[in-house]
Amino acid sequence: MDFQPRLVQNVLEHNADLHPDKTALIADGQRLSYDTLEQHANAFANTLIQHGVKRGDRVVLFLPNSVPMVVAIFGTLKAGAAFVAVNPTTKQDKLEYILSNCRASAMVTWSAKQAYLDGLSQSMPDLRLIVVGGTAGGQELQQDVVAFEDMIRSGSAKRPQATSIDLDLACLVYTSGSTGEPKGVMTAHANMLFAARSIAEYLENTEDDIVLNVLPLSFDYGLYQLIMTFSFGGTLVLEKGFTYPAYILERLQAERVTGFPGVPTIFAALLSIDLQDHDLSSLRYLTNTAAALPPAHILQLRAKFPGVQIYSMYGLTETKRTLYLPPDQLDVRPDSVGIAIPGTEVWIEDETGHRMGPGEIGELIVRGRHVMLGYWGDAEASEARYAPGPFPGERVCRTGDLFRMDSEGYFYFVGRTDDIIKSRGEKVAPKEVEEVIYRLKGVREAAVVGFDDPVMGQGIRAYVVLDGQGLQEKDILSHCRAHLESFMVPNDVQICETLPKTSSGKIAKKELP
Amino acid sequence: MTRPMDQVEDKLKGFIAEEILFSRDGFNYPDDASFLDTGIVDSMSIMEIVLFAQQAFDIDIEDREITPDNFDSITKIAAFLRRKAAESNG
Repeated sequence: MDFQPRLVQNVLEHNADLHPDKTALIADGQRLSYDTLEQHANAFANTLIQHGVKRGDRVVLFLPNSVPMVVAIFGTLKAGAAFVAVNPTTKQDKLEYILSNCRASAMVTWSAKQAYLDGLSQSMPDLRLIVVGGTAGGQELQQDVVAFEDMIRSGSAKRPQATSIDLDLACLVYTSGSTGEPKGVMTAHANMLFAARSIAEYLENTEDDIVLNVLPLSFDYGLYQLIMTFSFGGTLVLEKGFTYPAYILERLQAERVTGFPGVPTIFAALLSIDLQDHDLSSLRYLTNTAAALPPAHILQLRAKFPGVQIYSMYGLTETKRTLYLPPDQLDVRPDSVGIAIPGTEVWIEDETGHRMGPGEIGELIVRGRHVMLGYWGDAEASEARYAPGPFPGERVCRTGDLFRMDSEGYFYFVGRTDDIIKSRGEKVAPKEVEEVIYRLKGVREAAVVGFDDPVMGQGIRAYVVLDGQGLQEKDILSHCRAHLESFMVPNDVQICETLPKTSSGKIAKKELP
Repeated sequence: MTRPMDQVEDKLKGFIAEEILFSRDGFNYPDDASFLDTGIVDSMSIMEIVLFAQQAFDIDIEDREITPDNFDSITKIAAFLRRKAAESNG
């Protein structure tokens, strides 16, 4: 019988039992076998347990893509807790918001962010333990702070007894909400395993696949590369980002990578590089999500990567992946994001809940085991997003995205029902950016909107009215860089005399140029 | 003959502070801080740094040289540029 993982950590444990010496992870210049990785995760888990981390607790992982990040993800699950992966470019105030919102009992970070730790455990009563990676280990750290390297060296490598069941929380993925406050999407073990398996099914993954991931593991698209690769027993090459495209090409070639997930900005950069010198013949598939690839880029990708399957996909954190376009349909309907992922269904509804037919525009509704549990500590937002399904206790996800379907059942993204901007694949709440701009002295009014961009999907533009003189566009950008994750920083700031208003005196964003 | 390689670090820091971080109070990271680890620059801004270095120091930089080994901190970029200058003057 096929292996049926019940908990997410089982995908690591199963491979460690089955082929302990197989390379699981290539990162930070290291090659870790499934067995070594599992022993590290066990040592991490046992240390968490020793420090009082219990089943159902939350552990914040504020780390770049790295070996410690992967160890901490599986180690947290093995301790019965849920992990909360936070983008490594997150600034201190938002990190503190997340730590306090999820009442984290432990946090893992790395040496470059040690300055964030001053006084943290005093202001966070639930925080029992802080772990810092990237130090040599063995040195004196602040009180309540443990070196990751010491944990791995001295923790027991014995697999701890599992205490969770598959309905328990595996992770919270924080995503932007239209109110401006980030919300933690609650993912159960069963949700995550179901979604990972469904995606691996249509990508036809096998244990021979080697996936190179440059997307942050705090972003669900990146995180699932790890979970999926281990679910089919493959090898994950983990890089910190796509900052150095030529280096990533070298890595693709050197590691004989078969699968490469990207977003439109990454593919645009790849298209601008001469690939003649690189042998990329091992590549079997490319996946794109977050924003549609411009048709011209699809043609160029086909020419540059002959014989490579290209998957166009759509999803939202609240259900992980939702739709995918089978690669043979890319030339037939390049602007479609396809059909429901295996084992799930989708349909389009009008505002009264009536199902709509081909050609009609309405909200996309999603049904399946990938529909997540809701938003952490936010019953109202959960109720708005997740509606009752056809059976008692079942829920479907209202995506808030407008779609239409063609006569053959393929779906097309039309627009959003809220004002969330989707830039470079990540959701940006205009309110969150505006709140940061308003904190700058000398700003009277701010309005943040998206503008269409062929590569980013949408770019972010801020219109700002000043109190008197003094501030320049640069000052506003600098302030945004200091207080927002990189992907939320506006691409463009325009200083205006006034902003258009509605009759009730609110800023009329629709009238902005 | 390439331009002199004095103050490479300061010129790089000035450029990054001014044009990438839009900072009025300079570049407040150690010279050896990894761009990837700290998230100081992304793939778009690394290209701006490459263009600046090519112009400011009159050096040709090829795509394949834009790697973490050569570009992932002020220290690494400065060492790379000095190496390139020595090669072309050698």
